[in-house]
Amino acid sequence: MSEEQAAILRPETLLEEFQKNGVTHVVTIPDSETNYLYELMKDQPWLDVIPASREGETFAISFGLFVGGKVPVCLIQNTGMLESGDSLRGYGLDSQFPLVFVVGYRGWTRRGKITDSVARYTEPFLTAFGVNYYLVEQNSDGDRISLAFEEARATKRPVAVLIGDEYHGFNR
Amino acid sequence: MFEATDVFKTFQQYRGDAIVIPVGTSGRHWREFSTNENRDLNLGGAMGHATSAALGVALSLPDEKVVMFDAEGALLMNLGILATIAGKQPKNFYHFLLDNECYATTGGQPVPNAQNINYAGMAKEAGYAAAYQFDDLEEFVLNVEDILKQTGPVFIAIKVVPHVENEPIGRRQRTPTRNRTETVKALQQELGITGS
Repeated sequence: MSEEQAAILRPETLLEEFQKNGVTHVVTIPDSETNYLYELMKDQPWLDVIPASREGETFAISFGLFVGGKVPVCLIQNTGMLESGDSLRGYGLDSQFPLVFVVGYRGWTRRGKITDSVARYTEPFLTAFGVNYYLVEQNSDGDRISLAFEEARATKRPVAVLIGDEYHGFNR
Repeated sequence: MFEATDVFKTFQQYRGDAIVIPVGTSGRHWREFSTNENRDLNLGGAMGHATSAALGVALSLPDEKVVMFDAEGALLMNLGILATIAGKQPKNFYHFLLDNECYATTGGQPVPNAQNINYAGMAKEAGYAAAYQFDDLEEFVLNVEDILKQTGPVFIAIKVVPHVENEPIGRRQRTPTRNRTETVKALQQELGITGS
């Protein structure tokens, strides 16, 4: 395995982190980079995948699951996160909901100028809502996902995990 | 078209232990009829997403009957939820829509295409197990018991009389009611849910 391959964030790592943190449901709209992850999630007997029609639904569905004692995660792309603002406000921030939401960071690059406007607005959006976030770019960053869960539980607030798509190998 | 209060008065007779989630202007009347406040859930709203939250409740508690009283203005903001609900086929979910054809809380402006939308048709074609519509109280009274015995997800659209509010929000009189956090806590205690 090349050094570059070893660095790539493996979908299995994401699932291991979910299982370690007691996740029961993933509420999601697949994005262009996560098809393999979607297939992998569907194969897990401990995990229920809930496909949504629009990203704003994912925060509200997750809140309902939380009310019933489950541990959901939202898995969306940053474009959809932007349209989810009021749902994040109402069902996340105003509800003392310790939610971890995983966001595909479309347009992220560490090497040069960001040309995709959705990447330009992603972190300012989270900052405006007062939501802390962890950036995961490669496999060795996987344990940051557990940090996000720990922070969400401790603060009873939503915490985001941004998946830098330049590095992840979810589209096999 | 009939009064939302008649819907609630009728439904209450067959509620049993169902968890009830009312939203919208019409939904506020539910508390006048409920006899099991610990199983009433105030999910508030966020641009129509109370329906999404209700789906989450139904999926997390498959052994409980979950009844939502939705509003058409809210549903129109998030119509895709019909497909999301149908996709998961929650057998315990009963989705009532109280359709007063307007945004009653902002002065009574009509919702888009207010009088011509077949919401039950939309739900049925989206994939709900069954869908019904009523604009006659007698017919509703005759059918509601059987509907609540069916396997969900079931959609029930009802034309109700609007009660328009036209006062600035700061000047409106509000009956004290429990907030979302309080109702969630009460329901979780009722069901023995811990750890959240």
